[in-house]
Amino acid sequence: MIPAATGWVRVTAAADIPPREGRAVRLGGADVAIFNLGERFVAIENRCPHRGGPLADGIVSNHDGAITVTCPLHNWRICLESGTVRKPTTGPACRRSYPAKVEDGVVLVDLRGINTDPLGEHPGC
Amino acid sequence: MSEARERLVVIGNGMAGVACVDQILKHTTAFDITIFGDETHVNYNRILLSSVLAGEKEFEDIVLNDIDWYRRHGIRARLGVRVEAIDRLARTVTGAGGSVTPYDKLIIATGSSAFVPPISGIGKGGVFVWRTMDDTRQLVALSGQGIKAVVIGGGLLGLEAARGLQVRGCDVTVVHLAGHLMERQLDATGGSYLTRKMNALGINVLTGRYTQAILGGSHVEGLRFHDGSEIEANLVVIAAGIRPNVSLAKQAGLQVDRGIVVNDHLETSDPRIFAVGECTEHRGQIFGLVAPLFEQGKVLAAAITGNRGAAFEASAPAAKLKIMGVDVFSAGECDDSKPGAQSIRYEDPALGIYKKLILQEDRLIGAILVGDASDDHRYFDWIRTKKDLAKDRRYLLTPPPAADSGFDVAQMADSETVCGCLGVTKGAIIQAVHEHGVCSMAQLKDRTRASSGCGSCGQLCKSLLQAVVPGFAEDKVKALCDCVAFSQDQLREMIRTQQLKSVQDVLDIYGNSIGCEVCKPAISYLVDVIWCGGHQEDRSARFINDRVHANIQKDGTFSVVPRMRGGVTTPAELRRIADVAEKYNVPMVKVTGSQRIDLLGIRKEDLPGVWADLDMPSGQAYAKGLRMVKTCVGSEFCRFGTQDSIAAGVELEKRLENLFTPHKTKLAVVGCPRNCAEATVKDIGLVGQDGSWQVVVGGAAGKGVRKADLLVTVESTDEALESAELFF
Ligand SMILES: Cc1cc2nc3c(=O)[nH]c(=O)nc-3n(C[C@H](O)[C@H](O)[C@H](O)COP(=O)(O)OP(=O)(O)OC[C@H]3O[C@@H](n4cnc5c(N)ncnc54)[C@H](O)[C@@H]3O)c2cc1C
Ligand code: FES
Repeated sequence: MIPAATGWVRVTAAADIPPREGRAVRLGGADVAIFNLGERFVAIENRCPHRGGPLADGIVSNHDGAITVTCPLHNWRICLESGTVRKPTTGPACRRSYPAKVEDGVVLVDLRGINTDPLGEHPGC
Repeated sequence: MSEARERLVVIGNGMAGVACVDQILKHTTAFDITIFGDETHVNYNRILLSSVLAGEKEFEDIVLNDIDWYRRHGIRARLGVRVEAIDRLARTVTGAGGSVTPYDKLIIATGSSAFVPPISGIGKGGVFVWRTMDDTRQLVALSGQGIKAVVIGGGLLGLEAARGLQVRGCDVTVVHLAGHLMERQLDATGGSYLTRKMNALGINVLTGRYTQAILGGSHVEGLRFHDGSEIEANLVVIAAGIRPNVSLAKQAGLQVDRGIVVNDHLETSDPRIFAVGECTEHRGQIFGLVAPLFEQGKVLAAAITGNRGAAFEASAPAAKLKIMGVDVFSAGECDDSKPGAQSIRYEDPALGIYKKLILQEDRLIGAILVGDASDDHRYFDWIRTKKDLAKDRRYLLTPPPAADSGFDVAQMADSETVCGCLGVTKGAIIQAVHEHGVCSMAQLKDRTRASSGCGSCGQLCKSLLQAVVPGFAEDKVKALCDCVAFSQDQLREMIRTQQLKSVQDVLDIYGNSIGCEVCKPAISYLVDVIWCGGHQEDRSARFINDRVHANIQKDGTFSVVPRMRGGVTTPAELRRIADVAEKYNVPMVKVTGSQRIDLLGIRKEDLPGVWADLDMPSGQAYAKGLRMVKTCVGSEFCRFGTQDSIAAGVELEKRLENLFTPHKTKLAVVGCPRNCAEATVKDIGLVGQDGSWQVVVGGAAGKGVRKADLLVTVESTDEALESAELFF
């Protein structure tokens, strides 16, 4: 197990995650869902703020301009960039999202980093 | 009242005849009406046969007057009965089979028939014309992948036939005699733009070909042209024009030229006999489009009820091709070589847009639009009203700079026609809104019949309603979701015509390229069924259950239900299931309501192992598709059973499993009317009885409970299975 404190963590080959799908991994004690959005990868805590649904199993969607994932349990939409809930409310409930990138065909996630809301409405968790 | 009612007999149960009767009923209900139709169907919208051929509509969708309409108005419908003679002295008509029906007034509305040119070999099997619902059904049945179809005739009908056959999988070539397509409506340039569009759809076009012979033995194998060249074909549709059906009238001694000659009030040479529709000839003109025929119907209705009003005057013809993505409109003259005629042109080969207006003394006398027909109403109105355009000449083809680019309904005059087929003006629609409280498209159709012809004015009607109805609500045909602003029907059409095979293509072209949990699974379903599984599967667009063949539970684990056809299993299967349950520590094993075994609480990562060890197909207990066929024990063991419900159920499940539907589908088969497996609350149920099966459909036992309706009763199990399959 790689400790969270090392910052950027190499996770898996980018090719292991098909376009527009998510995969769940356990990294340094955290359950993380990594999504391949085609031109980039994003990472988010793999627990829906509603009742803990596995976000990695959700369908990639969009909500008012934000790229979201729809939780497979009750269709909440969670912003993949910031972890904030977009549907049904845009309240403060949110999940942590992590910076992610691809280098030499390998997906890396920064477990210490924090993403901010691209729409500027909410601070990240 | 003792006075005998006047007897009105109508020959022809088609568009013009029935529309005319509809008009007569507005004047009076005093007639005792009988309508003869040699087709077995109630009155339907012949125009939309194109949509039926293309698979966009079913017969039920194009019915104009259902049997209830005839009943409500006390009309005797003699369907499937051809009138063979008119006796003007005795005032009777004789139907096939010898029935004699007396009339006081007679309307002939026999329409026209396809013209079949005298080509050698034309009688071979596989050569068809296209005029009726039955013709359409035949074409549907014969078309498909691998069929080489040739359409003789590149007019409106021929092109729509070609398109319909092509979307059904045929490899289609249109063979046209003239130098360019639709030569009666388009000039050569317009024709070449159209050819390019047809080619882009994947339809071959051969112009300037005179078909000399149909080749082959008893069945067509090819065609030979005048220049000796040949082409392969195993299906031929002849769309080389129409001829008015006049033989009855001719035999009866009425004045007939090309059509049955009628005067300005649609009277024939016999004062008791009227004629309406494509069988008529008025001032030397015959007809091929419905708009003037509905006009005829109104004039006739007034005359026959003693309310003789305005004389019939044929409106300028306007034709619109009904192929989505191929906008073609033509109205009035298309020949600009007449003295005094001037034409104004616009063309953009890259965009495939060609427009030409023909003017004479500052009045529009003809318009051709290819590739962009959005201004058709404006032009058609100018032609109809002979509007003086001297002041507008600068802006005939391009809008004045300040005006907004879209067509503005507010600028339309009240007299302008919105629905060309049924002659409904803007004023009439506004009146319907204000006086009759019309506030939806469906109500508008009901009230004014606007947009119930070819349907191409639908958008315009909607804009009008939007403008005048406060809080106008769209009809239930809704866009899929915010990501894709089209209805399912539209998408179906687009996917087919544009040959889109993947969800992402559809989203990229017609949506916001991202999609969501609503549209992606729906589009997955559409591409899957449209291409019969030949689509490009995209797991990311499927709900997680469909990706992993298991049903997600509240804690993120999954439940697995192997297929157990008809609820029948074996000791070996049960043993494997038990082994799997132990090996993967399955926390709950349960028998489901669908007579199968559910393994609940399986971790996602164990799913591949579970399926491999089970070595059974998935029961698709999560799918929008066939779930199961539930059965009772039946005649093999049960002392009450009258039919072998287990065998029938297992067979039915085999035939239908793995088929997807817009919603989950549950079936059941029971061996006797005691109904132990609840067949009467299933989507489809077979209920065995002594010596026969009842096939019941449309039941439900979910949030709402609904008892299924009887579809048919059949004798053999084979027939029962087949009926269920066909309904499915
Ligand atoms: C595929 C297709 C697409 C079309 N598309 C368009 C379009 O987009 N726009 C447009 O304006 N027009 C279109 N048309 C033409 C339009 O359908 C006709 O103009 C219209 O149907 C004519 O109406 P009618 O009542 O005169 O003839 P029909 O609708 O043909 O009705 C005549 C009826 O009389 C019956 N009949 C004939 N003889 C007898 C007899 N002796 N005894 C009993 N019954 C008899 C016939 O079987 C028929 O049912 C299309 C036609 C077809 C086939
Ligand atoms: S747990 Fe995610 S929507 Fe309910």
